[in-house]
Amino acid sequence: MNKGNKIVITFISILFGLIVGALALLIAGFNPLEAYQIMFQGIFGSPKYISWTIVRSTPLILTGISVAFAFKTGLFNIGAEGQYIIGSLVATLVGYFFELPIVIHAIVAMLAGCLAAAIWGGIAGLLKARFGINEVITTIMLNWTALYFSNYVVFWEPFKRPNRDASQQILDTASIEILENWKVSDAGREFLSNNQFLKDFLNPPVNFGFIIAILVAILVWYILKHTTLGYQLKAVGFNRDAAEYGGIDIKKNMVVAMMIAGAIAGLAGATQVLGVSKETAILTAAEGYGFDGMAVALIASSNPIACIPAGLLFGGLKYAGSKLQPSIGAPLEVINITIGVIVFFIAMPKLIHILQSAISKRKRGVKVENTK
Amino acid sequence: MKKKLLALLLAGVLVFSLAACSGSSDQPADENGDETSTEEQLKIGMVTDEGGVHDQSFNQSAWEGLQKAEEELGIKASYVESKQDGDFAPNFETMLEADNDLIWGIGFKLADAVLDAAKNNPDQRYAIVDHTYGDKTPENVVCVMFKQEQPSFLVGYIAAHMTEANNVGFVGGIEGDIIWAFDYGYQAGVQYAAKELGKEIKVQRQYAESFSDVAKGKAIAQQMYQQGADIVFHAAGDVGTGVIEAAKEQGKWAIGVDRDQNYLAPDNVLTSAMKRVDVGVFNVVKELVNGNFLGGQTITYGLADGGAVDIAPTSNKHVPQEILDKVEELKQKIINGELEVPYNEETYKAFVDSL
Amino acid sequence: MSNIDYNTRVVEMKNITKKFGDFTANDNIDLTVHKGEIHALLGENGAGKTTLMNILYGLYQPTSGEIFINGQKVQVTNPNVAIGLGIGMVHQHFMLIDPFTVTQNIMLGMEESKGLGILDLDKATKKVEELSKKYGLYVDPNAYIQDISVGMQQRVEILKALYRGADILILDEPTAVLTPQEIEELMVIMRSLTDQGKTVIIITHKLKEIKQVADYCTIIRRGKKIDTVKVEDVSEEELASMMVGRNVSFKVDKAHKEPGEVVLEIDNLYVKDNRGLDAVKGLSLQLRKGEVLGIAGVDGNGQKELLEALTGLRKAESGRILMKGKDITNLSPREIIDSGINNIPEDRQKRGLVLDFTVAENLILENYHKKPFSNKGRLNHKAIDDFASESIEKFDVRPRNIRQLAGALSGGNQQKVILAREITNDPDVLIAAQPTRGLDVGAIEYVHKYLINQRDNDKAVLLISFELDEIMDVSDRIAVIYNGKIVDVIDAKDADEKTIGLLMAGGGVDNE
Repeated sequence: MNKGNKIVITFISILFGLIVGALALLIAGFNPLEAYQIMFQGIFGSPKYISWTIVRSTPLILTGISVAFAFKTGLFNIGAEGQYIIGSLVATLVGYFFELPIVIHAIVAMLAGCLAAAIWGGIAGLLKARFGINEVITTIMLNWTALYFSNYVVFWEPFKRPNRDASQQILDTASIEILENWKVSDAGREFLSNNQFLKDFLNPPVNFGFIIAILVAILVWYILKHTTLGYQLKAVGFNRDAAEYGGIDIKKNMVVAMMIAGAIAGLAGATQVLGVSKETAILTAAEGYGFDGMAVALIASSNPIACIPAGLLFGGLKYAGSKLQPSIGAPLEVINITIGVIVFFIAMPKLIHILQSAISKRKRGVKVENTK
Repeated sequence: MKKKLLALLLAGVLVFSLAACSGSSDQPADENGDETSTEEQLKIGMVTDEGGVHDQSFNQSAWEGLQKAEEELGIKASYVESKQDGDFAPNFETMLEADNDLIWGIGFKLADAVLDAAKNNPDQRYAIVDHTYGDKTPENVVCVMFKQEQPSFLVGYIAAHMTEANNVGFVGGIEGDIIWAFDYGYQAGVQYAAKELGKEIKVQRQYAESFSDVAKGKAIAQQMYQQGADIVFHAAGDVGTGVIEAAKEQGKWAIGVDRDQNYLAPDNVLTSAMKRVDVGVFNVVKELVNGNFLGGQTITYGLADGGAVDIAPTSNKHVPQEILDKVEELKQKIINGELEVPYNEETYKAFVDSL
Repeated sequence: MSNIDYNTRVVEMKNITKKFGDFTANDNIDLTVHKGEIHALLGENGAGKTTLMNILYGLYQPTSGEIFINGQKVQVTNPNVAIGLGIGMVHQHFMLIDPFTVTQNIMLGMEESKGLGILDLDKATKKVEELSKKYGLYVDPNAYIQDISVGMQQRVEILKALYRGADILILDEPTAVLTPQEIEELMVIMRSLTDQGKTVIIITHKLKEIKQVADYCTIIRRGKKIDTVKVEDVSEEELASMMVGRNVSFKVDKAHKEPGEVVLEIDNLYVKDNRGLDAVKGLSLQLRKGEVLGIAGVDGNGQKELLEALTGLRKAESGRILMKGKDITNLSPREIIDSGINNIPEDRQKRGLVLDFTVAENLILENYHKKPFSNKGRLNHKAIDDFASESIEKFDVRPRNIRQLAGALSGGNQQKVILAREITNDPDVLIAAQPTRGLDVGAIEYVHKYLINQRDNDKAVLLISFELDEIMDVSDRIAVIYNGKIVDVIDAKDADEKTIGLLMAGGGVDNE
């Protein structure tokens, strides 16, 4: 199957997803067209919505790349969630406790988040390489460990913000939000009041995270395609035995692969903290960035570059979906089912193939009957 | 191949247009209705925290208040649920876009988001439950607070009278002003009664550091019962479900919170410290319908304010009438201002010293 | 010997054409098979034999053409239809579930039930036993698949087909994975099947077997049918030239050559197998420059473990391996490759190739980290592509497409890719394990030529093979392995099949 065809199939899958999603809405008693119109409007209706979609999608793109990368190297990273949590926690810690000049502070906080999450992911890789423990199991368990560890740290007296279920907020120097202070300054307000588009566009916490995500996607694509590291990792992923036979150290590569995947998921957490939330909240359950990342990787068929549109699509659906609640009163469950159905179809281009061949087969069957 | 794909696409478009036809027929009426009614019909929206609108507690109670307002005051209510902290800001944005006349943030978790939204949109009215910005409250925000220490004081008083082991417990959620008020109000009630009865009553206290961990709530309560407590009061959201379960299993007393929780374990829930978020929400909406927005203010509901906080109506099931009579007297004292209930460590210490 | 009922045409395929995109795998092929016949389909790898049989079995739909079973025109839309028509197929790669028993595998999808969905294993076991007795297909119905040999597994596959009531059995390359003894046994089984009125179609490229067992043979070359012949009437040479379209020599040409000094020395080596038992037990062997040393033996006598120890994939328990005097025991695979030992692995799909990699990517599997293929961690795609284009030209890999995924190549072409990679390193020692397994005559000839070529260039070749003919043809010296030890080393000139066969079977040695 060539690339063009693949893209066409993806679009058809999206369409199918929308149709079946429409049925789900119909069954639940809502007008699907109205719903889709609200969702479409909710993404493209204003520059503000577009930037919200980008902001919401950024962590999903990164966790998607994390899962996709691990998958390319033969590993199933269910642990993006935990790596995300560790990344955000460490970025918050560095963002609050360190006092560094602007820009440098943000970079240090991000790198620290990446590093911590890389180690976190590396634990699963090491356990697999050393003791052969399946990474699916260890990463799931590490997700919970990360969650409770994060909560534990947030409850730490000097770090916890009184009267909040959250940590202290990062210092302004660590922020990666674009024009954060200028936006609310008098000069900024005045300028923006004359420029509606910019005002709208900058209304959400637009940050450098999206640009970072794009750079990471390109970097990961480059590593996989153009470096010996990528070659090694892919060889181990596709055929461990042959890679071993070819002289590749498969154990080391497993650890490295999980560390890189962890670092990317951690970066997702770090950008979210430094660009949007500015704090780490006490979590009662996983927020789902890592799990949504799996869906994104699935839609992108594990291509790191394709994770960008896939993340935007997924993030857009989720963002726009939440607008259905106040407008047509569809409960969150129905919206999630609809989104789920759409993702299900997108992730299954195979199904489209089956449908295609079924249709063509039936046609031929008819022909044969006629000739009889 | 290409032809087939095209056919599929066309099929898809067809389905869409069908859906469009069926959908558009009932559309215009609605829109027209909207146009004309904006004058009279107020639109009120609310943003929940991660608990969602069916959380059996706080958010649900707020939504019930809005639904009641929809029925009785003819407003149009809507909600949007947050799944993660990152949803707060965009959800307020969504509510803003929907032309609501008033947007609620339910719970102190949303305090920052409400403040940000209010600052960025000075013409939009907001309201928040369980948080006050004090003097810094923007003109377009109304804060709704509850004197949770008052009903807590009353249930503490009841607990002190009912305990046979002279040992009671308190399970809190996550520490902070709101839960402290429950905690110290309750302790004050216990000590007040202890003084009255001339005995010493021990209060075990523990925080679950969660509002959702049912298992942890159960474990803490079990521990408290084993260490001699026979009544445990909780102010910990869903964690309290575990507390009540433990009471049921061990045949001890639990005291509920927020709403009348007796239905969860009719034989084991002694009473509940009620904090009617729905009443608070409804009252603010009612004021607004009457053309009166209390922007910049903090409305605090106490025992004096028509049942927004109180002890549960089912208390008479297990608590003897003579005790309830005394509770009624205390209530009056609090309403009169004769008795000031402490709400944090400092005021509590002063209160105990004054006994 | 013939049970053929010429009045009953059990299979008739007419004008079968199958196209995959622009590629025509089957071009207007006719095939007629009579009841009770053993019909061989002969052709090189990629000639279209398997495609034709997959059409008969319903795995593919023909682009055009008609199929008649027992004179009835049929549409075999899927394998279930085929099974319903009494067609069974045993694939080259078995489709068995390892942790299940023989009976459980055989009854899979056709479970005997006591009603209410409760399995009746006893009844099924009895049925399996009856079948295996009837056709001489001896298996233990209660053994687990993972514990039985490949030959046994094949019998299970045949039983599975018979259990489903197959009258026409298609066997795809059935001998590719078998030992000589197992091949003999399979021949007997096929005969007993036709004795009982079954019909057998075997896909193969082994001429010797066709001569031994088949009644008729249809030769396919590049998707076209060349001819159907009565096997009695043709010689192996004639079959071979029909198959490849030119004359083929079976003799391996090699000039006499004096071996040089010892390059690889194995000294009292002990290696354990996966179960932790000694598989190689004090094995000693010397390999010299300019010779092909063949290791003859029946599968399972320690060849696999020896090979893995030699290539660094398995730890040796004790003993030493010396390469040009340097101790290389238990070094990493890469260090061993760098010391000058290259290896054509036994299982090319498992060890030899990354099937999801392109041909070009596979060609650099051992050298990707070296110049010119990469520099400071960056791959040099141009150097890789140039090398790949050159290699596939030189080694005649078809199709000539370096972007082709290795998994999409035929077995022979896969082996050529491995050969290209291993020989390009110009290793002092080349270890070739089963280098011609599953290959057709043309490809075998090619591989043998390269092995001899290495030897002629004064390099050493260690050939491990279960095919005695191959060992005898190519080797200068023959070491016989039995029960983890070399029991004898014989000069190939003095070797005869009988002596070696006896040694392989443990004759002449005390059984420990």
